Amino acid sequence: MSAVKTVAPRYASNEGVIDAAKAALGDILVHAEDKVGEVNLTLDRARVVEGMTLLRDTPGLEFQQLMEIAGVDYPERPERFEVVYCLLSLTRNHRIKVKAITDEEQAVPSVTGIWPVAGWLEREVYDMYGVLFSGNTDLRRILTDYGFVGHPQRKDFPLTGFVELRYSEEAKRVVYEPVTLAQDFRTFDFMSPWEGAEYILPGDEKYVAPTPPAPPPAPAAKPAPAPAPAVAPQPEAKGAPTPLTADEIRKAPAAKPARAKVTKPKTSDSTADTGAGKSGPEAGPEPAEKKPRKPRVKKAPEGEA
Amino acid sequence: MADYLDEIEGVIDGGKPEKGDTEIANYTINFGPQHPAAHGVLRLVTELDGEIIERVDPHVGLLHRGTEKLIEYKTYTQALPYFDRLDYCSPLGMEYSYVLAVEKLLDLEVPLRGQYLRVFFAELTRICNHMLNLGSHVMDVGAMTPNLWMFEIREDCLNFFERASGARMHSNYFRVGGVRQDVPLKLLTDIAEWLDTRLPRLFGDAISLVAENRIFLQRNVDIAVVSREDAVAWGFSGPMIRGAGIPWDLRKSQPYDVYDRMDFEVPVGTRGDCYDRFMVRVEEVYQSARIMKQCLQQMPEGPVLTLDRKVAPPRRGEMKQSMEALIHHFKLFTEGYHVPAGEVYVATESPKGEFGVYLVSDGTNKPYRCKIRPTAFSHLQAMDFMSKGHMLADITAILGALDIVFGECDR
Repeated sequence: MSAVKTVAPRYASNEGVIDAAKAALGDILVHAEDKVGEVNLTLDRARVVEGMTLLRDTPGLEFQQLMEIAGVDYPERPERFEVVYCLLSLTRNHRIKVKAITDEEQAVPSVTGIWPVAGWLEREVYDMYGVLFSGNTDLRRILTDYGFVGHPQRKDFPLTGFVELRYSEEAKRVVYEPVTLAQDFRTFDFMSPWEGAEYILPGDEKYVAPTPPAPPPAPAAKPAPAPAPAVAPQPEAKGAPTPLTADEIRKAPAAKPARAKVTKPKTSDSTADTGAGKSGPEAGPEPAEKKPRKPRVKKAPEGEA
Repeated sequence: MADYLDEIEGVIDGGKPEKGDTEIANYTINFGPQHPAAHGVLRLVTELDGEIIERVDPHVGLLHRGTEKLIEYKTYTQALPYFDRLDYCSPLGMEYSYVLAVEKLLDLEVPLRGQYLRVFFAELTRICNHMLNLGSHVMDVGAMTPNLWMFEIREDCLNFFERASGARMHSNYFRVGGVRQDVPLKLLTDIAEWLDTRLPRLFGDAISLVAENRIFLQRNVDIAVVSREDAVAWGFSGPMIRGAGIPWDLRKSQPYDVYDRMDFEVPVGTRGDCYDRFMVRVEEVYQSARIMKQCLQQMPEGPVLTLDRKVAPPRRGEMKQSMEALIHHFKLFTEGYHVPAGEVYVATESPKGEFGVYLVSDGTNKPYRCKIRPTAFSHLQAMDFMSKGHMLADITAILGALDIVFGECDR
């Protein structure tokens, strides 16, 4: 951990926490990891309460406080929801995250019996994701409107929602209507077709990735880079997610991605390299080939004679 | 009513209810959503037995704006201003957790002057926040003058924020990797003078009006006593847990930025009542002033924002000269930077307590999930057991001592 440069809150070392948790929890613990300087434990969903009680009461763990319950939605997983409990130990000055994995139907046992504060936190996860908590006696919606339908934090719930409300002068009350947008919702993605995006842009439907044409004789001394096959996504495309995880950055001291050594510095000593100021055949890189434009033929209107 | 009076007329023995006694149902009233002492849009459904509170059911969410959902659609840079709007009484305290969370994922180094400036303005935010809270708490229990005086101080703070960032409330001043821009020397000297003269004088005067005041004591002492066990079980943090007698301050125990170089004390309460919470905040104002003075003494010269051009944009002047700077600027403000995949929970000591950000990154330029841990959620939830058995009028004192802002509670 010597390579850590960040100034984020510093608490007791993670060393030995996973071992202590493994010893205390036994087979309740499904998975344990130490990532980005934080310990994450995944518990068997059915035995969450038992596991949490052990985490609170075992000497050496002593996570007395439940600070937060966060839901996360991963729609591509078979059990799409993660319920993340953020625990804090006041005596050992340490934090861990404990996870339980579930889906729309499987209920997670409520931890309100251990920490009464879980009541509202579970209500919020239920409200936002529709995760059920068995044993929570007051599982009402909390943040959304009275009578709201749907679970807004799910990834398949649109940002704009489905209904909007306004005060209707005719009805003399607030009315709900389907959302109408004056302008389509704009999402900008930063994938580009030549940097590994896997979709086809509108208008390019008939485009089949052609075999790359033989590179034209290079006009300048600079060798043209071999065109990569258009279909294969490049490993480190610029718009794509960074291939590194936060942990890998941390592990590599002063993580500087190894740069490709440039053997010959790129220089343009004379205008011959750039083509500036010249016209004619020597004007550096050739522009795209142009067909001579056909002379425009003036059509005589046919109907008239 | 007249029938009712007729009915009970002549009944003297309350122990024998068979003769004309009516059973009185509990009275349910709505406190809010529009109530000056509700500190925003809080609806409390209270069940009363006469004037004694039997049950309180807070209904929150009336200010829900879907901040967490919106953040998932913004780049990391664009998400920052949303944090100002969570707890609009202490905007920089909210920004702090977020920038630290992103920095933790990036493992980014922050220049020393940037760290000092962040601590400095976070403490100014604390003073600013406590002025509003202490003032409104005092006003909720009946005193007018201290509130006006404390608003004078708050006004000074807001002017300082304006001079540093250009905005009075929603500063948007912190950045991933430091702060937006350096402050002029005159601002620092002005704040130093203000810390020495105006703040202690005005604040001392205002507090001297209430701290020993008989009415104020009667309204606050022994109201809503919270034991240490309850404070831990209900997830209390900040002045609420310190008021209950647990010396827990994230600035001390889990220091971030240069808090480990600061010399300050953590005030704790002895009885865990509303008065203790009030006085803890009063003392925190003095301690914040102390931290700010140390910042002024120790602050080195140097850059305030990281020089890593893949995260922080170049200065305007640099862009006029350097093509590379221009490209960096363009890329950072269109695409933004990519944050490596991972998940962190980072919590800081905001003026109201532990304000946490649980950030999940999937390696793209937008957060996959950004869960905000509001301080108010756990405190307001405890409202039910705290106000049980108290009088209806005590609700305002309890609420005032909770220090709740609905921008943050409802998100």
